[in-house]
Amino acid sequence: MLAACGVRSAEELFSQIPAEAVLDRPLNLAPGISEYEIVDYFRSLSDKTAAGYACFLGAGVYNHYRPVLVDTVVSRGEFLTSYTPYQSEISQGTLVTIFEFQTMLCQLTGMDVANASMYDASTAAPEAAMMAVRVTGRSKILVAKSVHPEYRAVQRTYAKNQGLPIEEFGYDAESGEIDMADLESKIDKQTACVMIQSPNFFGVIENVRKAAEVAHAHGALLVFIFAEAASLGILEPPRDADIVAGELQSFAISPSYGGPYAGVIAAKEKFVRQLPGRLVGQTTDSAGNRAFCLTLATREQHIRREKATSNICTNQALIALMATVFMEIYGKRGLRELATQNLSKAHYLGSKLKRRFTGNYFNEFVAVTNGISAGEINRQLLSKKIVGGLPLARHYPELGDAVLLCATEMNKRADMDKVAEAFGV
Amino acid sequence: MNYPESYRYTKEHEWVSLDGDTATVGITFHAQKELGDIVYVDLPKTGTDVEKGKSFGSVESVKAVSDIYAPVSGEVVEVNEELSNTPEKLNEDPHGAAWLIKVKVDGPGDFNNLLSVSDYQKYVGAES
Repeated sequence: MLAACGVRSAEELFSQIPAEAVLDRPLNLAPGISEYEIVDYFRSLSDKTAAGYACFLGAGVYNHYRPVLVDTVVSRGEFLTSYTPYQSEISQGTLVTIFEFQTMLCQLTGMDVANASMYDASTAAPEAAMMAVRVTGRSKILVAKSVHPEYRAVQRTYAKNQGLPIEEFGYDAESGEIDMADLESKIDKQTACVMIQSPNFFGVIENVRKAAEVAHAHGALLVFIFAEAASLGILEPPRDADIVAGELQSFAISPSYGGPYAGVIAAKEKFVRQLPGRLVGQTTDSAGNRAFCLTLATREQHIRREKATSNICTNQALIALMATVFMEIYGKRGLRELATQNLSKAHYLGSKLKRRFTGNYFNEFVAVTNGISAGEINRQLLSKKIVGGLPLARHYPELGDAVLLCATEMNKRADMDKVAEAFGV
Repeated sequence: MNYPESYRYTKEHEWVSLDGDTATVGITFHAQKELGDIVYVDLPKTGTDVEKGKSFGSVESVKAVSDIYAPVSGEVVEVNEELSNTPEKLNEDPHGAAWLIKVKVDGPGDFNNLLSVSDYQKYVGAES
């Protein structure tokens, strides 16, 4: 094999790897140890260090229950190995699931049309902003500082390379909601869209209607971002928005150290020509039967080339299918129950701590520390097998030693009491 | 098909009529016939500038998307908004009601350099 690669030794084959990253000794294994024994060793180690932890970390990735049926469905060969459903005749199964995904997302968001999914919310958000730029013919993007910091970072990368100016507007120091006066002062005739997230990064629920009124009064669109899809089970759908972009990780997609997830963009029907990504439509076949096919594909790269609405041609079909199966298992009532449980648990925890903001919240909120540092609180909690919240100073230095905490249906009261204890309450 | 004598034409199958300093631009009968059923028209906004030879919009039929190139340079003073709801008009009356944009031009220079009706018909005949 070395000869076929044109190298003389294994060392030469791996010479690209920096020296400091190379292990310069054999693995620390007893001689003759079997694969089974090695696996067993690591399993017992993980039981000690990784299993059985309670988690109060949210901040864009949420700890929700994954029904076993989800993996049963997505691991079926028909879904697991299927190619993009270009050919309707042999792809009705995949097309039906995507159509159901789009339909349920429309119902949850109050939009008229939803695409077949995006990679995640961080890439869906800038795509939504660029869609607003195409619709309005304007270039400025106004983003709330309370939108997820990582979504904003991706947004900056997109905007920089598209030559689109971005401006951020602040949040109200007391309520944690967007600062309407700051928004009013920064919006102008060049503003293509106002982007807000609700619940926002601090967990605070925004007044979507009011934000939409301000945006529309200046001829701009309102782009609504959601990071916690479970909130849609109980909050009013963002009907006043023009474009909705969001993250579906909460719907049975495993946290998996940050991905892959699935996102989505939904919009009012009049903007459908500018919607990026794949879209499945319902039609009738030559025999008059209900059938499904990819539709409005002229927006897409394989037909429109450099004038396509986006480079995204494919979609996260398999991961999005997890969300589809999840939504179908829970249904309307189940999602509401799930959301209610999240609300109750988070509000139990919230009532025991000192909250930084007065705004309404769903399953996440900012807690202020009480003489103990955020890092020390998290170290204490970790020793009790509890993963604490996100210290906010990294993203919002002005908030000092505040911590973003999340409680979901997965959290037990006893653990929440331990968190309150660690905060010194 | 009757191609109006007073119009001028391009090899990209646009037509132009000139009234004072206002040029009306559309696509030809031949263009719509080649495209087939037109389902969407993407046009610029009033107030934008178009440049001769550069794309200013696109027409989408059931089988393709095609750029429309400006036959003259100038500022767009009017856009045929009706086409956004009734793009099929481009198939029905391409030389009349389904004009695309009106452009304020700086003199008749661009216009005079375009193809005459007989040259265009010869060109289309040669192309097909």
